[in-house]
Amino acid sequence: MVTVNPCSAELPGTLGETMPFLCEGAVVTLQSAAGGSVLALVLALVVGLTATSRFRGARAVARVYMEFFRGTSVLVQLFWLFYAMPILTGFQLDTLFAGILALGLNLGAYGSEVVRGAVQAVPAGQREAAIALNLSPYQRMRRVILPQAFVEMVPPMNNLLIELLKSTSLLSVITVTDLAYQGRLLVNSGSDQLVVFALLLVIYFLLSYLITLLMRYVEGRAARLVGRGKPRRTPWRRRSATAGAGR
Amino acid sequence: MAAPLRDGGSRPMTWDWDWAMEILPGLLTQGLLVTVQATIGGALLAFVLGLFLALLRRSPRPYISRPVGAVAEFIRSTPLLVQLFVLYYVMPDFGVKMTALTTGIIGLGVHYATYTAEVYRAGIDCVPKGQWEAAVALNLPRRWSWFSIILPQAVRRSLPALGNYLVAIFKESPQLSVITVVDVVGLARELGSERFRYLEPMTIAGLFFLLIAIPASILVRRMERRLDT
Repeated sequence: MVTVNPCSAELPGTLGETMPFLCEGAVVTLQSAAGGSVLALVLALVVGLTATSRFRGARAVARVYMEFFRGTSVLVQLFWLFYAMPILTGFQLDTLFAGILALGLNLGAYGSEVVRGAVQAVPAGQREAAIALNLSPYQRMRRVILPQAFVEMVPPMNNLLIELLKSTSLLSVITVTDLAYQGRLLVNSGSDQLVVFALLLVIYFLLSYLITLLMRYVEGRAARLVGRGKPRRTPWRRRSATAGAGR
Repeated sequence: MAAPLRDGGSRPMTWDWDWAMEILPGLLTQGLLVTVQATIGGALLAFVLGLFLALLRRSPRPYISRPVGAVAEFIRSTPLLVQLFVLYYVMPDFGVKMTALTTGIIGLGVHYATYTAEVYRAGIDCVPKGQWEAAVALNLPRRWSWFSIILPQAVRRSLPALGNYLVAIFKESPQLSVITVVDVVGLARELGSERFRYLEPMTIAGLFFLLIAIPASILVRRMERRLDT
């Protein structure tokens, strides 16, 4: 069997000329997407739960964070963190770090809203039952509320992670050497721009699809854990009707 | 991760009010005007094109609905920035020459049309089945029942979500600055690069977005609640 390395320079024509560079870019794109996702998911969980807190002050802080970062675009936040903040604080962030920070903070704000909504959508009877069983507040959240809320969170989180992946292309503007950056570099150095941009789109699409597959698997697992899932089937074979339906 | 500025101390490290006041009018008029043009143009295109996409997607003929769905999925899953590159750099090779702003509006409009199509689709699915049955019982032609019975109800239900996308388009419009559109952020980048000082222009640009996007999303939420009841 002949295996073809998609990143090899020996591919014919423009492919061989561009793919090695695009693969380098794809690695950086994946790094920033992974870093951004981790930060965004942690923030989403912490801030989202804070937004359901009994304490007014805590809720207000969560609200301010969410409104602030959802009120401006990633690009503005990125420029601000990278170009404007250093003047104020005297510290210059590394490009990739600034990018991950901006992506995480921005998508974390959207994620918080998802977490808040999912936690509040768990029927009140579940919480009451947990209190009746004398579970501590931590156990209530960890064992009863979150597992059920988690199932509801996965599809919107899938959309957010795809948004995050798409937003990583903006990091090229502050010279992070991601896919979009490498693509423009190749075009500027004379590669066929139609081919390069088409390849970019295809690679981004494949990466988004990868996220969707992963999240569908997670969703199936999470649903089965709370006894709501369909019987075990190869989850990547069927397309769920709600996949990709808005944000 | 973080390193002290090399040229730290050579320039004032605090907010420069004089300069901020000097650039504020330009950003407010010239920059914001272009941002608003891009937003409204992009949103109108997205709202109209999205409706067509939603209708094509529901076509009973699979050779229409399938490809339309696949293309929409592809556009939704790839970055707007790269799509803008294609429109701005590749289209001229095929003899399509447009200004940067027009290119940007088309890019925003097409990208978000794939999102609004889902909104309309959900809206159409929400129209009770009885409405269809009533239209059939009245012997209305198919086109009539679509345009005078189903769509008015579906679009009404879609309005809050469309409002959200209007705000989203407004917030994503700064991406057009990458293809040389001089919107608020484009202008702020220009001003910043003249003095190598981005603090004031970027902060002002960011504040504009906050000041417009937050009240707008509050309005949308209020509209949502009114339509619910």
